[in-house]
Amino acid sequence: MLARWGAALQGAGGRPALTGAWRVAAAAAAAVHSASLAAAAADGAAAAASKADDHMDFPGGSVPFTSQLSMVGGSFSPRDPIPCYRTLDSAGREVPDAHLPHDLPRETAVRMYETMVKLQTVDTIFYEAQRQGRFSFYMTSSGEEATAIGSAAALEPQDVVFSQYREQGVIMYRGFSVQDMAHQCFGNWHEQGKGRQMPIHYGSRDLNFHTISSTLATQLPHAVGAGYAIKMDNRPAVSVAYFGEGASSEGDFHAAVNFAATLSVPIIFICRNNGWAISTPATDQYRGDGIAGRGPGYGIASLRVDGGDARAVYCATKEARRVATEQQAPVLIEAMSYRSGHHSTSDDSSRYRAAEEMKAWRARDPVTRFQLWLVQQGWWSDEQDKEARAAARSEVVQALAAAQKEPKPPLSAMFTDVYAEMPWHLKEQYEEVLAHVRAHPDACPADIPIR
Amino acid sequence: MAAAVPVQRGAAVGSSRIARSGAQARPAAAVRVSQRSVVTKAQQKREMMMWEALREGLDEEMERDPTVCLMGEDVGHYGGSYKVSNGLYKKYGDMRLLDTPICENGFLGMGVGAAMTGLRPIVEGMNMGFLLLAFNQISNNCGMLHYTSGGQFKVPMVIRGPGGVGRQLGAEHSQRLESYFQSIPGVQLVAVSTVANAKALLKSAIRSDNPIIFFEHVLLYNVKGEVHPGDYCQCLERAEMVREGTDVTIFCYSRMRYVVMQAVAELEKQGYNPEVIDLISLKPFDMETISKSIKKTRKAIIVEECMKTGGIGASLSAVIHESLFNELDHEVLRLSSQDVPTSYAYDLEAATIVQPEKVIEAVHKVCGVRAGV
Repeated sequence: MLARWGAALQGAGGRPALTGAWRVAAAAAAAVHSASLAAAAADGAAAAASKADDHMDFPGGSVPFTSQLSMVGGSFSPRDPIPCYRTLDSAGREVPDAHLPHDLPRETAVRMYETMVKLQTVDTIFYEAQRQGRFSFYMTSSGEEATAIGSAAALEPQDVVFSQYREQGVIMYRGFSVQDMAHQCFGNWHEQGKGRQMPIHYGSRDLNFHTISSTLATQLPHAVGAGYAIKMDNRPAVSVAYFGEGASSEGDFHAAVNFAATLSVPIIFICRNNGWAISTPATDQYRGDGIAGRGPGYGIASLRVDGGDARAVYCATKEARRVATEQQAPVLIEAMSYRSGHHSTSDDSSRYRAAEEMKAWRARDPVTRFQLWLVQQGWWSDEQDKEARAAARSEVVQALAAAQKEPKPPLSAMFTDVYAEMPWHLKEQYEEVLAHVRAHPDACPADIPIR
Repeated sequence: MAAAVPVQRGAAVGSSRIARSGAQARPAAAVRVSQRSVVTKAQQKREMMMWEALREGLDEEMERDPTVCLMGEDVGHYGGSYKVSNGLYKKYGDMRLLDTPICENGFLGMGVGAAMTGLRPIVEGMNMGFLLLAFNQISNNCGMLHYTSGGQFKVPMVIRGPGGVGRQLGAEHSQRLESYFQSIPGVQLVAVSTVANAKALLKSAIRSDNPIIFFEHVLLYNVKGEVHPGDYCQCLERAEMVREGTDVTIFCYSRMRYVVMQAVAELEKQGYNPEVIDLISLKPFDMETISKSIKKTRKAIIVEECMKTGGIGASLSAVIHESLFNELDHEVLRLSSQDVPTSYAYDLEAATIVQPEKVIEAVHKVCGVRAGV
């Protein structure tokens, strides 16, 4: 209906200025005036015009013309959502005929599960430690363990990871110990970040895991830059960027995916769509088909995966890695999951989401789901599970106790690393601070070495 | 020796290792531009324009170190809006001279990521004012990640481009971002002013492990001068003595150096002997040179193009008053732009920035009007 109305309007306009048809008509009229030369010229013009009228060639590519005024997107072409790839059902049973392009070896599967158990234990006990006031802040990744660890298991050590703040499972799988995590949350002198970042903002150069920034999505352009460096160096690696569906509303997300596509860099974007950005539900973050739905618009291979199915996430990431390295191109993965916990220790999510919703999702715990599958494979037993959970518990408790006893970084850590070498104004300010705490010993906590 | 074929964007990289660059790959046409004013005079004078000096510095550093790359809008085959990378893509390929889509925060962030993973990127802001769109990456990431990572990830990058007030370019194109950037911890600010220091400071900035914000001036690209011979680098933290004198010290930077020297030509005729110091390093200030001069002249005038409130002059004036109060015979005078957006209209624009007459008046005020003036 709209198309016909639009066409009529165009006709009524009377002067179809500078359209291809008008130019053809003008060329033909001019050619009528005389002789065979002119006729030949007219034929040529008509041929050229018919080609020009078929497609519009411009620097961004070639697009076909249509005489139909029609819109796409929004309410004009409702499309089915991109389906969500899964290989295990909610009870951990094999989905018949699931496409498994990559084998998940027993050893890897068991390591994934053991890391999940450890991650759940860390999240539970660290969260409680924060509530007891032992450190200032914590964020759990409950409900998203399979997304973090399933993807981490599909990566290689030389891959470069840029994460948000809810992927502690990734750095754990890469080798960051519970003790390392405890040191970071207490900000003591063993901490690689020297006590300068909030809890859970981990970072390890040795593990190719870049230090986390609080500002959302800023790591995405960084990951594109790393992918560019990898490509320039022809390294057999990919860059990997993690973020949430809330962060993908940031400008940096759009810039990063567009840059990655246009510059053809080997990068995997992994979006954890966990349904909630603090209190804002995903329905208030976008109107299209989630995050994966945006990928084709940017010219990026994209897929949606069940973030609660560790094996599906593993397979999807392995496949994305293969495509990214072979084609030197980006891949976008949207892992559908659920933030079962609160946003952080500063949040109470029962104020804004229904208890039934939370209960239903918690019943779909991805760790239990993976465990059921492992047991079915004969790779894991209830006995092993008890042992693993008890061992994780005592490791976490001991790590916290040990980290709490360690001194904090010295005062000088406040001033080092701002620049490669300390400039005069920082030296002067450092001296002022030292003089102040020496004159007022009570001004500085006892566990901070004064040097 | 691997084939000296620059990696091309868009193409999937094969399994054989491809060298990132190589002098061997230099096509004759690509070097003609920089040698136009060089080869003819060969060993004698090396006079050129500032854009050519910057280009030569960039070329030398890219040749010297395969991790150096330039990214931004129109820096590749177009050669940069002010020709600083003119022709270099032919020599180094379109990966090392990387044209990006338009998004300042995007390509700045990309530079940060590349710097943290082994490259030494130079990010060109087509106009410094547009880098306000990249303020988050510059302040929250570029300047901070070395610190928050506990020194694990360094960010050796140069952010450069034309700043300052041009000729009737309107408010957004006439930003003086040094005042916005000076309080960001972790970044260093350098402003170039001559052909010689533009090249020598760019080379040092590229080699620095700190993120450097490198201010060129939109009206100085065609200034002529000589460059230092050989692989000459200049200290990024050192001010330049432009003219030694005894009556008063005039501190300036970037294009204001020329405004001040115009005034000095007149002041000399009037019998004044001012000292002129080009700050070069806007953060940190070179306090050694600054205090030595003030102890000699006991008077200071700061001439700047940025706005008066919260500007470079405000910081310098404060630090002089705090640390050299007893050395001063007169309060510090600041000649700055007014706290207004810069107008397009020629006369209004001219009235916004400091003119030589104001410098002369300030010297009269601080030193007293000499007989005969």
